[in-house]
Amino acid sequence: METVLIKIGYALASLFLIFNYGLLLIGFTMKIIARVHGRIGPPIWQPYIDLSKSLSMRTAIQHGVMYYLGPVFRFTGGVGLYLLIPAVFGSVWLQNFSFSGDLLLVIYFIFFGMLGMALGAGESGHPFSAMGIMRGLAQTTASEVPFALAVIALAAQHHTLSISQIVAAQQGGIAHWNMVTNPIATIAGMLAYLGMMMHSPFDVHMAPQEIPVGPPTEYNSSFLVLLQSNRSVFAAAKLVLFMNLFFGGATSIWEMVIKTFLIFEFCVFVGVVFPRFKVEQSVRWLLQVPALIGVLAVVIYMV
Amino acid sequence: MDDKEIKIDPLKQDENNLGFNPADYFCGERPKAVTPVANKIVRKFYNWAQANSLWILAFGTGCGSIELPPLYTARYDVSRFGIFPRPTPRQAGVFIISGYLSVKTLKRVIRSYEQMQNPKFVLGLGSCTVNGGMYFDSYNTINRLDYYLPVDVYIAGCMPRPEALIAGFNELKRLIKEGKAEGANKYADNFDWYKANQKKIIKDWDLPEYNW
Repeated sequence: METVLIKIGYALASLFLIFNYGLLLIGFTMKIIARVHGRIGPPIWQPYIDLSKSLSMRTAIQHGVMYYLGPVFRFTGGVGLYLLIPAVFGSVWLQNFSFSGDLLLVIYFIFFGMLGMALGAGESGHPFSAMGIMRGLAQTTASEVPFALAVIALAAQHHTLSISQIVAAQQGGIAHWNMVTNPIATIAGMLAYLGMMMHSPFDVHMAPQEIPVGPPTEYNSSFLVLLQSNRSVFAAAKLVLFMNLFFGGATSIWEMVIKTFLIFEFCVFVGVVFPRFKVEQSVRWLLQVPALIGVLAVVIYMV
Repeated sequence: MDDKEIKIDPLKQDENNLGFNPADYFCGERPKAVTPVANKIVRKFYNWAQANSLWILAFGTGCGSIELPPLYTARYDVSRFGIFPRPTPRQAGVFIISGYLSVKTLKRVIRSYEQMQNPKFVLGLGSCTVNGGMYFDSYNTINRLDYYLPVDVYIAGCMPRPEALIAGFNELKRLIKEGKAEGANKYADNFDWYKANQKKIIKDWDLPEYNW
């Protein structure tokens, strides 16, 4: 009984850490994008204020049961994804609930929230939500292909489906990282990562100018709080995942913070430099360049 | 091709053979005033959060909306004050009526305003919203905005420059922090008066009474 309580305590502490880290990351990114635009930008704690403000709204409209459950599924997807990934290698409380087959479940959980959101936003009846969902699902599916291929290449390389063991195999200096030992899978994975992070050039489903904000068009007040929280947890969880898979994991919180920050800035800088893809362009690109690189990465381990 | 006129009353079910239930999309309910949180500390915190995170509905109603792009971009950059454009009325909190408001636009403005969530704030930009401005005798524009929507802050001028808008935002922030910007509740309390005024000016009224 006591071990269960301790585990729950660790999980909550771990979630608290990643939630705050994700919010600060978003705030910092807003600042960086503003500086690239030549603006001063909002303070880095602006996401906290936005969250409190959404929480303080006095009314909230809703469109039905699935509309309620959409953000809940989305948040569950983010939290579930994070809790399956060991955040810091060797740490007791940041080990989360990683187990021997977690890599497969993680691939599933990345998609889970998206599907829940599709059902919820679909019930809101707003045509822009439906358009955003269609575009988002098409693009996420396309970016899953190179990601899955990169993961298969890593699994073949290390003969395991456990993230902890993949991280353990990369310990002992930069020469052991998958970035060095398996560069082709890393390229495929990092290009797929661009497609997953919902930043420009792959942010067409959020398309703020043409279809208001995509799937969450109708979501307001406390529903939006869940989506905003998910945005921080989900983004941070994906960063931790990519750090574990390709960049040697982390052995301390500071190492995790520095590595995930650099990985995040990769997609931010690509985003501020390149204009947005249309959805058919992004799908075609993801299924051509990164997917073929991913096939190459798998084929190398087949022969 | 087929010049048969189809009349749809969105508030009545069954009769129109729509294939969907209009009650899912429209609501006959009236808006209700919601009192702020009773606890003083929580209320102050909420007001502070509201004041420092103002999401503007991206809906330019008149010529004044040309003043908004400079606000968001490098020269004036209002994002440093926590002010952001937000494209959907469900998430936006501030409605800027930018300049003259034609009767045709008023219909859309009412619809968007009612879809915003409480608390919501209205900024009247330019002389046209105060007394009609240079369009005071036009057949197609309204003269006084606060007959139709509760306005929190007016920014006079033709056109007010972005600096004036920023000053208006500071005034709005002051009102919110002091708990005086209760436009949404005012609208709910005086709903019949506002509706009567709106219907007086909009001849082809085909909206539901309230668009949540």
